[in-house]
Amino acid sequence: MMTGAEILIDALKKEGVDIVFGYPGGVVLPVFDVLFKTPEIRVVLTRHEQAAVHAADGYARATGRTGVCLVTSGPGATNTITGLANAKLDSIPIVVISGQVKTAVIGTDAFQEADMAGLTRPICKHSYLVQRVEDLPQVLKNSFYIARSGRPGPVAVDLPADVAQAPLENYAYPEHPDIPSYQPPEKGNANQIRKLAAAVKQASRPVILAGGGIVAAGASAELVRFAEKTNIPVATTLMALGCVPDDHELFLGMPGMHGRVSANYALMECDLLIGMGTRFDDRVTGDLKSFAAGATIAHVDIDPSEIGKILRTQIPIVGDVRSVLADLDKAVAPRPANEWNRIVREWSLVHPLSYVQDPEGEILPQYVIDRVNLQASKDTIIATDVGQHQMWSALFVRHRGPRAFLSSGGMGTMGFGLPAAMGASLGFPDRPVVVITGDGSIQMNIQELPTCTLNRIPVKIVVLNNSCLGMVRQWQELFYDGHYSKTCLKERPECRSVCSGHRPDCPNAFWPDFVRVAEANGMPGFRATRVSEVDEVLCKGFAVDGPALMEFRVKKIENVYPMVPGGKPINVILLGAAR
Amino acid sequence: MTEKYTLVITVANRVGVLARISGLLSSRGINIESIVGCRTENPDVYQVHLVIRGTPELVQKISKQVQKLIDTIKVVDIPHKKGGPIREFMFAKIPARKDRSEILDIVNMFGAKIVDISPSFLTVDLSGPTRKIDQFMEMMKPFGIREYIRSGQIAVGS
Repeated sequence: MMTGAEILIDALKKEGVDIVFGYPGGVVLPVFDVLFKTPEIRVVLTRHEQAAVHAADGYARATGRTGVCLVTSGPGATNTITGLANAKLDSIPIVVISGQVKTAVIGTDAFQEADMAGLTRPICKHSYLVQRVEDLPQVLKNSFYIARSGRPGPVAVDLPADVAQAPLENYAYPEHPDIPSYQPPEKGNANQIRKLAAAVKQASRPVILAGGGIVAAGASAELVRFAEKTNIPVATTLMALGCVPDDHELFLGMPGMHGRVSANYALMECDLLIGMGTRFDDRVTGDLKSFAAGATIAHVDIDPSEIGKILRTQIPIVGDVRSVLADLDKAVAPRPANEWNRIVREWSLVHPLSYVQDPEGEILPQYVIDRVNLQASKDTIIATDVGQHQMWSALFVRHRGPRAFLSSGGMGTMGFGLPAAMGASLGFPDRPVVVITGDGSIQMNIQELPTCTLNRIPVKIVVLNNSCLGMVRQWQELFYDGHYSKTCLKERPECRSVCSGHRPDCPNAFWPDFVRVAEANGMPGFRATRVSEVDEVLCKGFAVDGPALMEFRVKKIENVYPMVPGGKPINVILLGAAR
Repeated sequence: MTEKYTLVITVANRVGVLARISGLLSSRGINIESIVGCRTENPDVYQVHLVIRGTPELVQKISKQVQKLIDTIKVVDIPHKKGGPIREFMFAKIPARKDRSEILDIVNMFGAKIVDISPSFLTVDLSGPTRKIDQFMEMMKPFGIREYIRSGQIAVGS
């Protein structure tokens, strides 16, 4: 005989889970009580449930395994919503288990009751409310299978307290999922694959756009092999950075709103566009009418609903992209490099990423990221938050392999970075983990600093402090006539009468004092305010045996370029040369 | 051009499955013109017939999204203009003190059935293509229809 709570923990063990991110509370106590007696599973107590989900997400992104999160009902459950939606949009496998009030009082507005199954329905791959302990083993088996199979995604399991306490005779963890209605595709259609191989042979200006599906499928090596065999240049989306090493000669960079010029031009000018594990997000395509307008579109994706969702697709291939790449490799003949390869190479050379750091001037954020690269080894995992620093990181971080650049892509969730870095570090205790964040983003989950200190999670926190919400400020400057509405993080009520937004000689102090915040949370804090201090601060911070925070007071009025204004064709690029 | 379609959705018979389908449509701003749901011959399987209006491209995208739900077994979209069998069911309560025989003539003409009778009302049921039900309603209008309820359309692929 076992209780529901014991079954849950046994299931976690059988699924190979050795770490759970969570937060206890009333109705989930039966489960935490079993965890108390289960040394094999490490439970990391975050300081907020949102951070627990992002940590499970970061763990999953870095390791490729399913992240697990355990929270209580009501506010505990609702606090996971942002994390779940974030994981859904980036197709990250996590299982979030929430306590629920007893079945007898569900629907009565009981204390800490929230309809978790209902709340999570549109933002999870699937969700369950477990009403009988007899159903629990199969629900758990199904949940883990759904989360990691097909197009991965988050699964929510709502477990009422009485089900967690109920006994079940003859428990055995099921060997197989039982979901007749769910059969994720595997192999791609052979005819379509032949068609694509023929299109590759005929194309004179082919491009591959690789997305997060390449990471999910573990197909980076296959992608590179295919690209090399056919000499097709590859652009990788934010979610796929690292799939092709950024010093590879076929690598075009990230395309889109803040993409490399070479990548954008190549997508616009190509005659064959092969999307692989990507969903043609609006941040990538810009204006849809002009996007790859002259190209034959081939789209490989495991999710049939993605094909034709955005672009008319002439060669649709539904399947696991790794399996499709293997079949494609057999079907396609080697293809020599041609004039097109020379042209795209030239675009890369003519439009390099650049910035000019004045040694006596204010610190540029791009410069700090460049110097972080020098501290990083090939094992280093870099997480980011969301905003300008995220795009600069995407552009300037050296991407050497998959699952090493963790960023909230689809959802753009500020506050993701620190907990995601924690999750990655706990997944790979021997690899260095850095989070590059901004002063806005870090404050959205800054309560996790003591979690790092107490659990000895040696995350290195790089705060690019420009004392404003930089990306929003940039949009206000470019598209809202410089009306800097609520983007200054030093703003006080009396500012409006003397300042229209971001005065360079602003006398206001910036709060919080990040160095003191770090110290108050038990980790060393360092600050650089001059260019000459950047390397010194990085060296000190990276030398710390444990977590450390490094704050860089960077130039406030600095825009991310290249930039394609929202909804414009992606070859209409602002380069900001005047600045 | 938007057209009417019946989506015939076969799903696992589970709590919340209808909410998933309707949520998926409402999140995309699509109005459900009618919806009928029932268990099938297999007690574990449920079938939903819902009528939406949209372009063929939109309906195809929606069908794929519905198909993606973990509990969905099969989705078929049936365009109404193809003229396959589409049926609806209706109850109507008609005041009938004086014109009883005239009403009965029309009822018989349409093959409707009297299911309840009282000194002042007749309750009839009628099933058939939507157009037939519309016509019946038109014919009954002069007598005043006290109350009616229509099931919404169900369809079967040809």
